Amino acid sequence: MIKCIIIDDEKLAREILSILILKSEKLVLVEQFSNAIDAMKYLNSNKVDLIFLDIHMPNFSGFDFVQTIKNPPKIILVTVDKNFALDAFNYNCIADYLVKPIEEDRFNRAVKRISVKKEQPVITPILPDTTTKEIYVNIDKRLIKIDIASINFIQANGDYILIKTEINNYTVHTTLKKIEEKLPKSSFIKIHRSYIINVNKIIDIQDSTVLIGKELIPVSKNNRSILMESINLL
Amino acid sequence: MEQPNLVYFHKIADGDQAIIDKFVSILKSEFPQQLANYNENISIPNYHESSEAVHKLKHKIGILGLEDSYKLAGLFEQNLRNQNLQYQKEFEVILKNITNFIQKL
Repeated sequence: MIKCIIIDDEKLAREILSILILKSEKLVLVEQFSNAIDAMKYLNSNKVDLIFLDIHMPNFSGFDFVQTIKNPPKIILVTVDKNFALDAFNYNCIADYLVKPIEEDRFNRAVKRISVKKEQPVITPILPDTTTKEIYVNIDKRLIKIDIASINFIQANGDYILIKTEINNYTVHTTLKKIEEKLPKSSFIKIHRSYIINVNKIIDIQDSTVLIGKELIPVSKNNRSILMESINLL
Repeated sequence: MEQPNLVYFHKIADGDQAIIDKFVSILKSEFPQQLANYNENISIPNYHESSEAVHKLKHKIGILGLEDSYKLAGLFEQNLRNQNLQYQKEFEVILKNITNFIQKL
């Protein structure tokens, strides 16, 4: 069975889709969401095979969602306006699109197409390549986009991390380990159990500290060699 | 003038009255909310929010089998994006038509 979820802010749209899924012998609906942010939280700890995704949602659209999640499962876009669906062809993970109101025959064809492809590996999006340029962080139920290159360093602070950029500071409920996995290893290294720095932002290195902006960041003995290997030392 | 109907609900539900009743129940609660959102934004007028509201209402119009109204709603939505209120009156007649239909369900 193909495990699927629905993301759509309209209750009636979710209900219609859930009935169509129920009638399908190949699909099982495991969850449904009225917004993409809750779905992203769910997908952090749950695996699904297929997402029925509404494009047109307030605050965070279906395309924002596709651009943000890593290793997306197969996605079928659901839209009132088929012109939006043309953008679907920019993403390999988007298998098909359905125009609302969804016709059952068209729904079944889309499911059949997914069933045939099920054994194929999941393909990451062709566009955009934002995973290495930007990172979205969840702050007060909003996903804030941060330009990765603008990050000076990240500091652990209990259950939170403090992301310091050239302009702003962001406090995010997550761990250093989790954000480290999302950052390019070529630029970001952990120099202390509480600090990840952007090596491109280093002004100078002295003994057991690095200077970034106006702040001195401690370097632990164990991580000093990693730091020295990451810089272009004459 | 074309009239709203529940043909689509019957098709999706395969005639199962319990499912149709559930669809109708959601329609009766969700449509007035979307209508209120539209009325609030068009009265300002907040063009962007109004076009978003029309977009949402368009789905309901389609579900109720109002094909010509669906097309007109699409034109009005596009006009609102261009800060143009053409088709507002026609669109609001459609909304009134649906409101009357839903009240009788």
